[in-house]
Amino acid sequence: MAEKNEYSRLEKAARTRQSVQNAVVYTLLGFWAVMVLFPFYWMVLTSLKSYSAYNAEYIPKLFTLNPTLENYANAFTAVPLADYFLNTLIFTVITTAVMLAVTVLAAFAFARLDFKGKDLVFTLFLALMMIPNELVVITNFVTITELDLRNTFSGLILPSVTSVFYIYLLKENFAQVPDELYYAAKVDGTSDWRYLMRVMVPICKPTLVTIAILKVIECWNSYVWPRLITDDEAYFLVSNGIQSIRESGFGRENIPAMMAAVVSISVPLIVLFLVFREKIMEGVSRGGTKG
Amino acid sequence: MEKNNLKGWLYLIPAVLFLGVFMVYPLIDVFIYSFEEGYNSASQTYFGVGMYNYEYVLHDPYFLQAVKNTFILVIITVPLSTGLALLISVGLSSIQKLRNLFQTVYFLPYVTNTLAVGLVFMILFEKTPYTEGLVNLIINWFGGESVDFITGPYWAKMFVLCFYTVWVVLPFKILILTSALASVKQELYNAARVDGTPKWRIFWRITMPMISPTVFYLVITGFIGAFKAYSDAVALFGTDLNAAEMNTIVGYVYDMLYGTGGGYPSFASAAAIILFAIVLTITCINLLISKKHVHY
Repeated sequence: MAEKNEYSRLEKAARTRQSVQNAVVYTLLGFWAVMVLFPFYWMVLTSLKSYSAYNAEYIPKLFTLNPTLENYANAFTAVPLADYFLNTLIFTVITTAVMLAVTVLAAFAFARLDFKGKDLVFTLFLALMMIPNELVVITNFVTITELDLRNTFSGLILPSVTSVFYIYLLKENFAQVPDELYYAAKVDGTSDWRYLMRVMVPICKPTLVTIAILKVIECWNSYVWPRLITDDEAYFLVSNGIQSIRESGFGRENIPAMMAAVVSISVPLIVLFLVFREKIMEGVSRGGTKG
Repeated sequence: MEKNNLKGWLYLIPAVLFLGVFMVYPLIDVFIYSFEEGYNSASQTYFGVGMYNYEYVLHDPYFLQAVKNTFILVIITVPLSTGLALLISVGLSSIQKLRNLFQTVYFLPYVTNTLAVGLVFMILFEKTPYTEGLVNLIINWFGGESVDFITGPYWAKMFVLCFYTVWVVLPFKILILTSALASVKQELYNAARVDGTPKWRIFWRITMPMISPTVFYLVITGFIGAFKAYSDAVALFGTDLNAAEMNTIVGYVYDMLYGTGGGYPSFASAAAIILFAIVLTITCINLLISKKHVHY
């Protein structure tokens, strides 16, 4: 009897320890979740406060009882936010499309074709992955300026297309497609081009989608290159747009309208993320870099 | 496989063209620029060849300020973000309920526009004549004095910059560490538990050695990323970072190239190459250390 008591006492102690530990873990995780979410809450909240209400709050309020959408109307009329969106959309779509075409062709050459100098070129490609963007941006700036492509979409897009890493990623995926498929297609008299388009691309679609999404995120957030190459507002992307809004846009003090612009810029990517959550997280853990 | 030289190269042409024009050529060119003295971008002429650009950059107070800021940022944020990420990932992998939700939330900063969200941080920390700002309100609650984090004292600004940087880089680290923790073999844990090994001992003797390659990978990429900090600072303090005393090395490069004091590709090149040399050195040191301590 005494032994049994001892056992249940130990069990109880273990359970208490477990639940204390759980409480600590959940508190920690919950705390950081709040830290992550709070800025998002704050931008939405502020964007819903009216200009006068916001400025009347010397001590900021944590909620609002009179939400208004006037800031959103303001954000799209007082500054050309819609144009910034359109520019970013054009830039993102074209850059991603060209990048995909270039990447698919190069990855196919490396994975499936055989030609002189292939290994050497592939090694060189890998070496290029280590080159930081900061080192090449200077000459690219001069090149684009000399080609008279400043403040054009070509100037924005051309240097942003290449991504050695994506070529590498896709090549690895292409190489996993069994050789038998290729030989069977050859026997049937299928051309390489047709084989690439009808067999390789469909099989590797998941990787292609991942690459495309990562590139879209990168394009949507790109700031440095667009800032260097555009000073005409008509070609601003959202990042540059938000920076110029901050510096001159609504007048420095119209914070609610600014936040409405920030929310509008953030929403598309957050929606994209929530829809493709698994793909994005898997893609990033395979090869994303940031920070 | 039959050799088909022409076809192979045909498929490669677009990639080679893009990389050649926008990566290989600039890479060579940046070294040439950095040695051309007195280069004038309008007339494309220069006086001579030598080390003057490097000398100028190394004596420029703005550059020294930028180097100081960057180093402080690196030294604070890399260990802090890696440690925090480790803590959070270990917490995440010890729970079952709400795990997916937490993971999704933690990843959000990765998919947001750094410039846009930086503005939110600015208004949270800023103290203006109209409002104290939320962070100062909290400080006041705890009986502290209000501080202007955006245009105020140096260390207040540096604090915000570090805070925002950690906020931005954590998602990537948490993601990588959580998948590394998930791949540690369960048998190892079971064996240790049968032996009655205490939890902290399991962590230091099994978990850490198993994930040490990942941790070092994160430290190395973390160093490289932090040395290239720039847009976070712009988001918080605006484009005139020199005036805010918050410039970074990359910011200095871009300011030299284009901006208020711009038009000097030679100085920009010299600064970029100095940055590259610093990053390369630190990465090599990291690799040497990791050889000694990482268990594969």
